Amino acid sequence: MATEYKNPVLRWIDYRLPIISMLEHSAVSYPTPKNLNYWWNFGSLAGIVLVIMIATGVFLAMQYTPHTMMAFDSVERIMRDVNYGWLIRYLHVNGASMFFIIVYIHMFRGMYYGSYKEPRELLWIIGVLIFLTMMATAFVGYTLPWGQMSFWGATVITNLFSVVPFVGDWIVQWLWGGFSVDNPTLNRFFALHYLLPFIIFALVFLHLWALHTHKSNNPSGVEIKGDKDTIPFHPYYTIKDSFGLGVFLLIYLGFTFFAPNFFGEPDNYIPADPLVTPAHIVPEWYFLPFYAMLRAVPDNFIDVFGILPIIISAKAAGVVVMFGSIILLIFLPWLDTSKVRSANFRPVFKWFFWLFLLNCLMLGYVGGQPAEGAMLTIGRLCTFWYFFHLLVVVPFLGKYERTLPLPESISAAVMAKESK
Amino acid sequence: MKSTILAAIAVCALSIAGATSASAAESIKAPAQKWSTDGVAGHFDRAQLKRGWQIYKSVCAACHSVHQLSYRNLVDLGFSEAEAKAIAAGDNVPAGPNDAGETHVDGQPIMRPALLSDKIAAPYANAKAARAANNGAFPPDLSLMTKARKGGADYVHALLTGYKEPPAGFQLQLGMNYNAYFPGYQIAMPAPLVEGAVTYEDGTNATIDQMSKDVSAFLIWSAEPELENRKRMGIKILAFLLVFTALLFALKRRIWSDVH
Repeated sequence: MATEYKNPVLRWIDYRLPIISMLEHSAVSYPTPKNLNYWWNFGSLAGIVLVIMIATGVFLAMQYTPHTMMAFDSVERIMRDVNYGWLIRYLHVNGASMFFIIVYIHMFRGMYYGSYKEPRELLWIIGVLIFLTMMATAFVGYTLPWGQMSFWGATVITNLFSVVPFVGDWIVQWLWGGFSVDNPTLNRFFALHYLLPFIIFALVFLHLWALHTHKSNNPSGVEIKGDKDTIPFHPYYTIKDSFGLGVFLLIYLGFTFFAPNFFGEPDNYIPADPLVTPAHIVPEWYFLPFYAMLRAVPDNFIDVFGILPIIISAKAAGVVVMFGSIILLIFLPWLDTSKVRSANFRPVFKWFFWLFLLNCLMLGYVGGQPAEGAMLTIGRLCTFWYFFHLLVVVPFLGKYERTLPLPESISAAVMAKESK
Repeated sequence: MKSTILAAIAVCALSIAGATSASAAESIKAPAQKWSTDGVAGHFDRAQLKRGWQIYKSVCAACHSVHQLSYRNLVDLGFSEAEAKAIAAGDNVPAGPNDAGETHVDGQPIMRPALLSDKIAAPYANAKAARAANNGAFPPDLSLMTKARKGGADYVHALLTGYKEPPAGFQLQLGMNYNAYFPGYQIAMPAPLVEGAVTYEDGTNATIDQMSKDVSAFLIWSAEPELENRKRMGIKILAFLLVFTALLFALKRRIWSDVH
């Protein structure tokens, strides 16, 4: 399989470890559908941001002190006294927000174009696992500066595990390493924050392996049928991804240099104080839709079912709903029974997709507001719709929707588009 | 005993004020002011920062620390090293243990004049001493104040100039002051600025509004001393990136021109 290279050094290496031909097959000559639009830029962008996060994070870890008495001041020392420390920290902080924006777009792109369908189910599931690991990484990372939101966010979220039947309290103490969020918690969260990105890295490797086995989906949703449908990854997609990276960096660095605290909560610049609870405890913006679902389950909802309160409390139901909303995504390839991948050829699903997206944005807005009055009602309706969409609308449409005729091939789809 | 009871009452008053803040906090928005640090080309007005430091030093420093700042940082405000040294020498900070390993003599901490490398001296030895001296209220550290409050410097300015007579029927707690911009409207800090409290060396008229703006600008600097460097570097990097991305776009169009 190894290619014969003219360069004797390359030939020597490749004969013993075919890493050079592997790179060539997967990043140079790699056949890629010729019709990928700019929504396909976000996969490689996410990979680049992961590398930026690990690189900046390693340098931050060299200066950071994971101790409750020193963590906050050590972060401020990075901001003030470490050479370019402010730049490295603001890149890391804003990088986290950018990472989530990119991954959310990447996921919704997969939903719109049906990229999770056979034979790419595992590719999608590994993606959901990457998202879960990202959430864990971001959560423990937010604890590290030991500001008010760090402390209280960690307290609220770790307490969620107390709803596990019988062993809940024990699990929470085990997570804390004590009887409250304290120094042992901060220490282990720091250790985990350094570990988890490398687990993400390993999952990304599997994600790419699965991707390269069946190649990219594309806007037409039709499989690659021959050489006419593809172009080599290099130079076509290397240049397209480079241009996309340039646009992304303009936005990312725009925030980093000119509004570095735009995504943050002012309260986290107040050192953690276990005796003073902030008026509103809110998680980082990227968790807000899930936070809204956590708070959506009403107390009296349980009473309706009579027997349920014995088994499950409203708090427990909220936790189940929140985690369920993500776990459900794992089953999406089987919930969606439509043979047609791309929403471009699914006139009804298309509208429901945009409604679902809007619904998720609305959940995010509600999650940032105090859980009272109209906001609570809207949050409940949106939570209901989230599950209704995935559990009822998607399977139903798969069965009864009349889809549009598919193009014969990718190149036929491109030709049809150009002749318009 | 009497002071303990008074302190307890004040603490209760504060916690009530804190509890009511949840619903009241959103309703008042500090009016936006113009700051030299605003915008893409934002920069520090060194003269204003020096005036702001004067306000901090002669008014705020009586109760509030700026824990993140050292005397050496004052050079950034436009003071010479010698001037910063002289300012440092005017303050006393706890000295390390003496040859006998003692940090206190007769119950009093051993002090020495501050050096450039020292953190700026705090008014109180610890939080308990601060509360004891302020009716149970804790004057927060100011170093990060403009980053730690919604509204930033606008909020600080509005708060410093927001003292008013309470509206009729408003129940003001013992030892509290009415302030339109403080969450819950009751603040333990009495109006800190009075007309002509300081005389500015550069001849600026020390009105309450002027002093408040100057000290708020100083607090922007103390929260984000990197702000000026950050924005300058940002302009250069984004300008480069804009051109580079445009070139990448042109190259992309060219490379893709043969794809059909």
